[in-house]
Amino acid sequence: MATAATDEGFVVFDHVQKSYDGENLVVKDLNLNIGKGEFLTMLGPSGSGKTTCLMMLAGFETATRGEIRLSGVDINHVPPHKRGIGMVFQNYALFPHMTVAENLSFPLEVRGMGKSERDAKVTRALDMVQMGKFANRRPAQMSGGQQQRIALARALVFDPELVLMDEPLGALDKQLREHMQFEIKGLHDRLGITVVYVTHDQGEALTMSDRVAVFNDGRIQQLAPPDELYERPKNSFVAQFIGENNKLPGKVETLDGDKCTVRLQTGELISATPVNLRHVGQETLVSIRPERVEFKPEMMPADAYQIEAEVIEVIYMGDIFRTRMKVAGTDDFVMKCRNTLGQTRLKAGQKLKIGWHPQDARALDPA
Amino acid sequence: MTDASAPLTMNAPASLITDDGKPLKAALASSLAVRRRRALLLVAPLFLFIFVTFIVPIGQMLFQSVHNDSFRANAPALVEWFGQNPQGSELDETAYAALASDLRTMQQNRSAGVAGTRINYDVPGTRSLFTSAVRNAGQLEPPYKEALIAQDRKWADPNVWRAMRSASAAFTGDFFLNAVDLTRDENGKIVSVPEGQAVYKGLFWRTIVMSLEITALCLILGFPIAFLLSSVKMKHAMLLMILVLLPFWTSLLVRTTSWMVLLQQQGVVNDILVWLGLIRNDQRLEMMYNATGTIIAMTHILLPFTILPLYSVMKTIPPSYVRAARSLGATSWTAFRRVYLPQTLPGVGAGGLLVFILAMGYYITPALVGGADGQMISNMIAFHMQRSLNWSLAAALSAILLAIVLIFFWIYDRLVGIDKMKLG
Repeated sequence: MATAATDEGFVVFDHVQKSYDGENLVVKDLNLNIGKGEFLTMLGPSGSGKTTCLMMLAGFETATRGEIRLSGVDINHVPPHKRGIGMVFQNYALFPHMTVAENLSFPLEVRGMGKSERDAKVTRALDMVQMGKFANRRPAQMSGGQQQRIALARALVFDPELVLMDEPLGALDKQLREHMQFEIKGLHDRLGITVVYVTHDQGEALTMSDRVAVFNDGRIQQLAPPDELYERPKNSFVAQFIGENNKLPGKVETLDGDKCTVRLQTGELISATPVNLRHVGQETLVSIRPERVEFKPEMMPADAYQIEAEVIEVIYMGDIFRTRMKVAGTDDFVMKCRNTLGQTRLKAGQKLKIGWHPQDARALDPA
Repeated sequence: MTDASAPLTMNAPASLITDDGKPLKAALASSLAVRRRRALLLVAPLFLFIFVTFIVPIGQMLFQSVHNDSFRANAPALVEWFGQNPQGSELDETAYAALASDLRTMQQNRSAGVAGTRINYDVPGTRSLFTSAVRNAGQLEPPYKEALIAQDRKWADPNVWRAMRSASAAFTGDFFLNAVDLTRDENGKIVSVPEGQAVYKGLFWRTIVMSLEITALCLILGFPIAFLLSSVKMKHAMLLMILVLLPFWTSLLVRTTSWMVLLQQQGVVNDILVWLGLIRNDQRLEMMYNATGTIIAMTHILLPFTILPLYSVMKTIPPSYVRAARSLGATSWTAFRRVYLPQTLPGVGAGGLLVFILAMGYYITPALVGGADGQMISNMIAFHMQRSLNWSLAAALSAILLAIVLIFFWIYDRLVGIDKMKLG
């Protein structure tokens, strides 16, 4: 790599492979550049290799092949304590036999910092997460959310440039989780640190990240900012993993640049946006987001494709009505209607015409 | 607060009552009482068992260590004479007359052996003095003093009389004095026993030191094994656990004798060392019939008692703690010392205390491989139970052993806290 020195990221995975048993690769040829100050999320189902990547970066696992570089330096053989990377663990890993203040001062002590400086830093870090009053508590005397904040403060107290987070909000309830998401994001923006965040919660990934790397089967399926990931998934795994999706199977009839037509199994010919399609006649899955489906004629976008549908059930979910319908042979086609004043209430058995814009119908490779 | 009770309740919540007018507390207590009684019924057999086999014998032992009436019950006349004449009175004819009368009583009751044994505890060689005197008690004529002393010079020995005086009381602290190498002189003052006869204090000390050594060895050897057990895969852990428990399933006697096979001078270990050329044939190590043998064999036998509590504690420590410490900048040694080790302390404490207490009272292994300087206090207790038949001294030694263990228990509680102990 001739240009490596100039356009390399802050953290670089260079053809990294990892195997635990010498038979199966958990991580298959990973290449990833993370920029300084970036918030990058590794998203994927369990067993997809995302946590392994994080552990290799932290130094608890070694790459079987390939190189991991931090600020241009190969860190494959640097032990974890010399990497200077902050880490927040899934179950916080606060030392139970130490108070909060002792937990926070631990990384400073092992760095040989003087007492007064330590105290100042611990106070500053605790104030940063609004936990200044809890310095003398023990971890067991605090709630999950409070422990989470302390774990965050401990990972930040020694001013690392890179902080790793391994599903840090997994054990919290929904409301607290959402609140903490904003708080972590806020800390990231304020401190200018680089964060590598691992989660299997797509909502979390979309809310917080600058870029998301979707992992599956030991490979990055797509690396993109959240909006691109959601709106323009590159393959059927990403499309199905991120958000809810309606899938209509069919065959490609014409393929012309960024437009194609697909013959559905029930005979309808619809136009769609091709993704990863190779040739005419190929099997495909047309994917349409439930919130991009319309049923009111006056709301229908221009050039919308319209199709017959029969309502099977309507589930009241508070902010939306989740309407399940029979469309083109499948009976789990979902449409989401906002619960607005004067929204038409659909009933089971009702027949109607629904439609969507061809841009929102993405013809994917049936992986 | 329910609607029914609202108008009845004045102010205090303490006067809450149920719908049928009973106070809430009483209603709760009566509803729980049945359950509590049933629970008590379930533990009653165990409680009874422990009471009969543990609490009663220990109480009896403590009682026996200060109480012995085998002389008092058989020598009523002397008891009376000692009661009338204080310590230091002249041994006149009345004293010997009382002795003669008691010797005749002993002859009738055939109790000379019992009474003599009691005096024999204090003045060795006096049991036969009593048995032969009783045999000749029929021929005794006044003046008894001359007659008895003529029979045996020992009847004039003030030590024998002091021993009889002290034995004439049922309750005595003398056994405890003996158990710590103290005795009384002719005037009843407490003095140390002569240099050559002092055994027990040294033996107690050796028992404590050896138990501490065994405990330390068990912890040092057991800690890495427990760590290994807690960190390998379940499948391998099971196999290792069986290996750890295997000694438990083998008879103690078999294990101890195996050590004898291994450790003796013509044994396997010495043979291998000679064969390897590490020692010459005439330099074979003495690893048995001394403290070394006892420590090796007991460490092996007691090792599982440290491994199991350590393992159960270590299994609950997630690896993320050490990882967190490492990511925070600690070297692996610092992470171990500051983060891992403190969390294993409940297991270290439990395992250590368990082994220490077991080692303090261990009997069979020191008896078999201990030789002369590998004996522990339990062997001496057994000696007094079975050979010298001085049960009161054995009881006093046991009581002191119990007290030492309790003291260590107390120290442990102050240092670590008994509530932090985790056995499994």
